[in-house]
Amino acid sequence: MNKNLTWKLVVIVGILLVFLGGILGIPRDWSGRGLLASITKRINLGLDLKGGTHLILQVQVNDAVNVDSDNAEARLKEDFRTRKINYADITKPDPVNHPEMIIVKGVPPDQTSDFKSIIADRLPEYDATSGAENSWTVSMKAQSLKDLKDRAVTQAIETIRNRIDQLGVNEPVIQEHGLGDYQILVQLPGVDDPARVKEIMQSTAMLEIKEALGGPYSSEAAAYQDNGGKLPPDSILMSGKPLHASDSESGEAWYLISRASAVTGRDLRTADPSQDENGQPAVRFILTSEGGRKFYSFTSTHVKDRLAVVLDNKVQSVATIEEPIREQGIIHGRFTEQEVQDLSMTLRSGALPAGIKYLEERTVGPSLGADSIRSGVQAAIYGMLAVLIFMLVYYRWAGVNADIALILNLVILLGFMGYFGAVLTLPGIAGVILTVGMGVDSNVLIFERIREELRNGKTPPSAVEQGFGHAWITIVDTHVTTIVSAAILFIFGTGPVKGFATTLVFGLAANLFTAVFVSRVIFDWVLSRKQRGEALSI
Amino acid sequence: MEFFRNTNIDFLGKKWYFLTFSLIFSVAGVLSMAFWHGIPLGVDFRGGTLVYVKYAHPPDPSAIHNEIERAGLKNARVQRYGQAANNEVLIALDIQETSEQALDKGKTQIIQALESHAVPGKQDLNNSSSLTIANYLLEKDPLQLGSGTDANPRYTTIAQAIVNYRDKTKSGVLGSIDELKSVADPAVVASLEDNFFVSDFGIRNVEIVGPQVGGQLRRQAILATLYSLAGMLIYLAFRFEWIYGVAAVLTVFHDTLITVGAFSLLNWEISLTVIAAILTLIGYSNNDTIVVFDRIRENIKLLRRDKLADIVNKSINQTLSRTILTAGLTFLTVLALFLFGGEVLHGFSFALVIGILIGTYSSIAIAAPILVAYQEWRGGRGKPPVAMPLRSGTGNRPAQPKEKVKV
Repeated sequence: MNKNLTWKLVVIVGILLVFLGGILGIPRDWSGRGLLASITKRINLGLDLKGGTHLILQVQVNDAVNVDSDNAEARLKEDFRTRKINYADITKPDPVNHPEMIIVKGVPPDQTSDFKSIIADRLPEYDATSGAENSWTVSMKAQSLKDLKDRAVTQAIETIRNRIDQLGVNEPVIQEHGLGDYQILVQLPGVDDPARVKEIMQSTAMLEIKEALGGPYSSEAAAYQDNGGKLPPDSILMSGKPLHASDSESGEAWYLISRASAVTGRDLRTADPSQDENGQPAVRFILTSEGGRKFYSFTSTHVKDRLAVVLDNKVQSVATIEEPIREQGIIHGRFTEQEVQDLSMTLRSGALPAGIKYLEERTVGPSLGADSIRSGVQAAIYGMLAVLIFMLVYYRWAGVNADIALILNLVILLGFMGYFGAVLTLPGIAGVILTVGMGVDSNVLIFERIREELRNGKTPPSAVEQGFGHAWITIVDTHVTTIVSAAILFIFGTGPVKGFATTLVFGLAANLFTAVFVSRVIFDWVLSRKQRGEALSI
Repeated sequence: MEFFRNTNIDFLGKKWYFLTFSLIFSVAGVLSMAFWHGIPLGVDFRGGTLVYVKYAHPPDPSAIHNEIERAGLKNARVQRYGQAANNEVLIALDIQETSEQALDKGKTQIIQALESHAVPGKQDLNNSSSLTIANYLLEKDPLQLGSGTDANPRYTTIAQAIVNYRDKTKSGVLGSIDELKSVADPAVVASLEDNFFVSDFGIRNVEIVGPQVGGQLRRQAILATLYSLAGMLIYLAFRFEWIYGVAAVLTVFHDTLITVGAFSLLNWEISLTVIAAILTLIGYSNNDTIVVFDRIRENIKLLRRDKLADIVNKSINQTLSRTILTAGLTFLTVLALFLFGGEVLHGFSFALVIGILIGTYSSIAIAAPILVAYQEWRGGRGKPPVAMPLRSGTGNRPAQPKEKVKV
């Protein structure tokens, strides 16, 4: 055997070992079961095979924009008052479709420059354009708006990840879903009953502690009546649970709450399940030192006033301030144990910057996953055996060559997946099978060409050389086109389909090496052992 | 062994038969898409709710339908699914019942409707997660482990064993709680019986797609298919001549049309995986076409005097053995998928089965005749043939090994 050939054989065996390592890792236990265990550890199964839940949710980014423009509106009113700028009206005309837009009407022309300087100084992220009859449209700058929305998505991903981590889900996937607008893809392996997880993910958990100015009232109308038909400035009505079941006949309670918050969820350091003085489940929270300072200065000026704990715009509890409070508090509101646990968890993980909406939900039960693996593997084995046996019968010794190349092709494919942590899905298994079918095409192309050259009277070595030479171009062309369509699938697909594209791309790439290089080396090796003029078994 | 040796079939002479054959299938498919079944879109593209339920006994779809209707869900579709022995049922709800405000409402209502024989105050063990079971056991502590640190992992393991037994050994449905005696301690089983009952079904799989995602996926599927075709066109125009690219893309379009037409004629739903299969076909059918084109390109250089029609015929015959073998082998593997790959992959493997037949046929019967027809059309207008793919003397083509070995 010549030196060149030896080197090539060494390269092939080396690659075989490297990719076997990709599939198996370094197994501790060489028994069948130990090997199986190390394979399942290296090859990531997709949700459709191991069972779990796939969710696509959308961040309602307009919520975050509305919060920002509400603040801007409040700040404008404040500044107009201190700088003595007159205006007729200030509104947000379309909070649903254009939450970034504020309209100020009736600014006197002589105060225009003052007005503009307030916008420039105080609201650098907004632009003002003048409209008819002294009205101005104050609108968030396009770039700031985009940043704000993107930030809301990033922040939502962080928050959801915190929450899911605390639930103890193994290896969840939480990422931006680039195919839609402001969408997040969440995959939860092993979760086949997603109701509770979804609830926890969705709760905005926006905690605010505000001053309670009045209530409880049994209805909205009663609240208006009690305040003389008009709410005091800077206050709002909020519904909440009655503190005791007997408090209200209708089962609802309304409170008059100040607009401004003493502290919010952002000032929270931690929250834990606890009990109130009656031994009922409650959530105990501790504020950060900054939050504690704010809370102390608020409570020390409001002793004997009442405080409301507001969660997601619902009043949870109202209590009288007996003495200045620095940093600890308790939320009680007739919770169950489970609710208290979930609430403290969501509070700890921080508030969502905006609401979320579920767009897609797919759950694969573990029994289906197990069945899918069984049938997928079965189909793969039958399909592969059929091809291997056919090649042996049709091409005899050259068929052995093709079969070796095919098996090596599979080893490299699975090894790739092991190294890259690629996900094997059920269509991915189909991709493996297709790789076998389409991979063998390269061998067929080459072998048919060799036979043709032999028929034309070439000697075996020259027929082999010509066969590989002519087929090479065709093989490159066919592989490139298939990889192009698989790559497009990879870009556009999610989940199972992406898994299919992955195996197809890896499989065909590996095929270029096995069908051309490996097969050629085997042929050369066979030829090197033959006498000159001896026939080739093909 | 050799199936085809030195065949000499006049493929181009039969182009009118091929054309008729292709026309019949394309037109049938198009008519079905336009007037009969339309393009039957799966839940991925249409939006809606699908719940796959496995029963312990052969299910009665009309009884199930009645139960669901009684629960207030209109227009539910209930049908047997998969092999009869699997006792599976597919329950589908329209997009109207699937609003984004409460995406899983339909699913919850279905499960409640099916649990009509529920035991009040007890939970359904067949539809409980291992977490629920573990929490329950931890609370009741049937093994008297106390509140020691090992109670939690112990009960979690037991709950997982129970769920594993239910899902893997029993395919998702327990006949009775007693069956668990083989995997769990009698005290555990007795304690479970206090709080759980077994319904006669288990939920295997749920798919809920809201209207927004449905539209999004529809757009993406169309875009992916178009990009894929464009990718082929560009690559082939770059490697060959533009008319080769056009011929290949027309061929692939023909294959896609007939495959989608077959789904429409049979009224089978097109899901995301079917689109994946169609994109694979685009690649596969191109493979076949390229092999023939490559041979035509090679022969054009060797046989400069011959008519293009003869060269094309000769090239098809020379590659016929390879074409049939590869198609046969790929077909074998796809057939294995179709027969053994399970219900989930049925649409996917069906698209591949149809597509491989059509893709192989079309590379011979459609792609090559397009080339020749274009040539004849050009000739008829008095222009010289352009299908000389390798512009001799330009020298900016990639290095070609076959030039090296030429004798």
